[in-house]
Amino acid sequence: MTVPKLELRDVRKAFDGTPVLEGIDLVVRPHDVICLIGASGSGKSTLLKCVNLLVPIDEGQILLDGEDITAPGVNPNRVRERMGIVFQRFNLFPHMTVLDNITLAPRKVHGATRDEAEARARELLGRFGLEDKADEYPDRLSGGQQQRVAIIRSLATDPELMLLDEVTSALDPELIAEVLDVIRDLKSAGMTMLIATHEMGFARDVADRVCFLDGGVILEQGPPAEIFARPREERTRRFLQRIVEAGRL
Amino acid sequence: MRASRSGRRGPGLFRSRRSGREEGARAALVAFVSSIVFLAVVGWVVLTSEAWPAVQRQFFSWDHLVASWPAVLGGFWLDVRMFLVAEVLILVIALVVAMIRSLRGPAFFPLRALAVVYIDFIRGVPIILLILLLGFGVPALQLPGVPNSPLFWGLAALVISYSAYTAEVYRAGIESVHESQRMSARSLGLTQMQTIRYVLVPQAIRNVVPALLNGLISLQKDVALVFILGIREGVREAQIYTARTFNYTSYVAATILFLLVSIPVARFTDWYTERDRRRKQAVST
Repeated sequence: MTVPKLELRDVRKAFDGTPVLEGIDLVVRPHDVICLIGASGSGKSTLLKCVNLLVPIDEGQILLDGEDITAPGVNPNRVRERMGIVFQRFNLFPHMTVLDNITLAPRKVHGATRDEAEARARELLGRFGLEDKADEYPDRLSGGQQQRVAIIRSLATDPELMLLDEVTSALDPELIAEVLDVIRDLKSAGMTMLIATHEMGFARDVADRVCFLDGGVILEQGPPAEIFARPREERTRRFLQRIVEAGRL
Repeated sequence: MRASRSGRRGPGLFRSRRSGREEGARAALVAFVSSIVFLAVVGWVVLTSEAWPAVQRQFFSWDHLVASWPAVLGGFWLDVRMFLVAEVLILVIALVVAMIRSLRGPAFFPLRALAVVYIDFIRGVPIILLILLLGFGVPALQLPGVPNSPLFWGLAALVISYSAYTAEVYRAGIESVHESQRMSARSLGLTQMQTIRYVLVPQAIRNVVPALLNGLISLQKDVALVFILGIREGVREAQIYTARTFNYTSYVAATILFLLVSIPVARFTDWYTERDRRRKQAVST
C-alpha cells in the first residue's frame, strides 16, 4: 500500500474552549478527490485551514506524504508551498492585475523570473479560457471568473494537493457551473483534492469518497453512491433529507 | 438622468419640472446672493463697531503688513522646508513601525512590544515637551558625533511624535484589510513580511489616504512649534516684529501664509475622499 498523500490522526481543535474538531481521522491517497459535507459550523473550513497550517491544531497529527507537518520545527511556509487553498471569497488581491495575482507566489516564494512566471500564468489562463483577462483587475471580473483565477493562482505553484473551501458558496447560481468545471478538469488531470462543499450534486458526481462531518468528527464516509443512497447514520440521513427538501439534491 | 429630465421639459413659463442644469444655476444664484447679503451684514456690524479702528490699527495695518512681510515670508519658507523633510521621514518611519506592530506570532513579541511601547510613550507626551527636551536637552550634552543644532533636534522631535500617530493610522488601515487576504497570501507560501509588504500595505494605504492627508495638514502647522527653540521660522519672525513694534499685523501675515498652504490641502483631502467613496460605491454595485 502506498503512503497516503495526506493523513489526519485524531486531530482536535477548539476555539476559546468551544470544540470544533473532536478527533478527525482521515486518509487521502494520491489522486483521491474527497468531498467534505455537513452543516454550517460542522468544522469543514477549520479542517482545511488546519491542513494548510493556517490554524494550529491542539492535538493529533497531520501527515503529508508520511511526514508529520504539525511537528515542532516544521516551517509552515515550506509546507504551504506544496498545497493550494481557495476560500469562499476575497481570495484575489484587488490591487493587482490577474497576471500579478498569479505570478506573485512563483516569483517571491519559488524564485521564478517574471518572464517564466508570466509564461506559466498565461498558459494556465489559456487552459481555463481566461487568457483575455490577464491584465484586468479582479473587480472587473464576475464572481465565477474570480474564483477560477483564484484556483489558477494556486495551481501556478504546482501544488501536490488542493484544498477547496466552499468555493462556490458566494456565487450566483449561474456562475457555479464554470467553477465546478474547473474542478472536474483538475480531477481528470489527477489532482489530489479535499473539497468542502454544499453542492451535493457535484459531490456525488466528482468525489471518490464523501465524508459527512457532524459534531466535530467524521460521522460517516464512503463512496458517494453509498452515502447519498444508503446512509448508515440517522444524522446523515436527516442532513441529506433537509438538503433534498431545500431542492439542492 | 439629466438628459431624460430635460427631454420631458415642456414649453411655457410654468414648468412643473426644471431641467437639472437650470436647477443647478438657480441653486448657485441663491447661494451667491445669500452669501453677499450675509457678508455685507457681518461686515457692516464689524466695521461700524466702536472698537474697529483700534482692531484695524493693531491687526490689519497695511503699512505693518508690508513692513513685516519679507521677514515672515522668509521664516515661513523654513517652515515649508521643515514640513517637507519631516513629512517624508514620518511617512516612512511610521509605515515601518506599523508593519512591525502588525507581525503575528510569539517569535515577534519583542519587536511588537517595542513598537507598542514607543507608540504609547510618545502619544502620552505633549509634543511641545518633546521639542523642549530634545531641542534644548540633546545639544546641551555636547555629545561627540551628535548634531548640536536645535533645528535638527526640533525636527527630530516632530518626526518622532508624528510617526507614532501616523503608525496607528497605518495600522488601522492594515487591520481593515479582510482576514482572507492575509490567509490567501500566507497559503501561497508568502512569509509574514512578504504578506504585509505586497498584499496588506498596498491595500491599507489606499484605505487611509484621507487620514494621512489630515495628519499632513496638522503637521504643516505644527512645524511652527519649533519657534520655542529660538529657530527663526515664520511665527518666530512675526513675534520678533511684534516685540519691536507692538503691532500684531505680523501675526496676521503669518496666519495668511499658513492658510494659503493648508486650505488647498484641506480641499484636496475632501475631494479625494469623496472621489474614493464614489469609486468604492461604484464597485460594490
